[in-house]
Amino acid sequence: MGFLKEYTAIHPYWPVFMFLLIGTGFGIVTLIFACLVRPSKPDPEKLSTYECGMPLFMGASEKRFSIRFYIIAILFLLFDIEAVFLYPWAVVYKKIGLFGFVEMMLFIIILLVGYLYAWRKGALEWE
Amino acid sequence: MGIVENQFQSNVITTTVDKLVNWSRRSSLWPLTFGLACCAIEMMCAGASRFDFDRFGVIFRATPRQSDVMILAGTVTHKMSGVMKKLYDQMPEPKWVVAMGSCAISGGPFNSYSVLQGADAVIPVDIFIPGCPPRPEALMHGIILLQEMIDKEKYIRK
Repeated sequence: MGFLKEYTAIHPYWPVFMFLLIGTGFGIVTLIFACLVRPSKPDPEKLSTYECGMPLFMGASEKRFSIRFYIIAILFLLFDIEAVFLYPWAVVYKKIGLFGFVEMMLFIIILLVGYLYAWRKGALEWE
Repeated sequence: MGIVENQFQSNVITTTVDKLVNWSRRSSLWPLTFGLACCAIEMMCAGASRFDFDRFGVIFRATPRQSDVMILAGTVTHKMSGVMKKLYDQMPEPKWVVAMGSCAISGGPFNSYSVLQGADAVIPVDIFIPGCPPRPEALMHGIILLQEMIDKEKYIRK
């Protein structure tokens, strides 16, 4: 009778299947029941975009703006970080002495080369 | 779709269902955070730990999509009345309005060119709470009155 046992035994994945079935069924039944039972009085005003009761400020999100802002923003970020690094360096300047000075000058020169490169390439021009 | 709304005669089943619906509605009154003037300070106090509105199921929401009650806490100016109307329109049914304080009820001391003389000129108000500003206890009383009002509503009954 070995073959019968093979067919009647519960498959080990059976609970997983039941779990999926109940989970999906619960979601579907709840949504359908709520859809039938709840009050529903839609109107254009109710379905309009919520913006704190104000009229929409700029319209849709697909508004286009110039790609040049991208390069300007990247450059700004770069030199902004440079300025941020200069502050703690200036605070401990006397403690770290000549070594710190040379290090910081190297850092500034590297960025300066990049700045000149960007300038030569015309990244700062806006026509 | 609301296919069960006001569809049935009164009998023991429908009254029980209505009671259940009303109980769930009155026990989770989520007001829109809509503080307009000094009454909002009392409203905040009512929501905080001392008066603890959470025990009534009153939890302030920051969007009309999740709100059931609009508590007009303060002076409604003409400029704000449009916003108030739009927010009221954006709230899903069922929705109720509580006018808190003399300004929201009648313009209060501001009988002027800029202040709306009573919010019920623009949206339907269910509960009026007098005071300038009303204390948190008064707001609590207003919420309890609103709950009693909701208890009498009919949803699936005609």
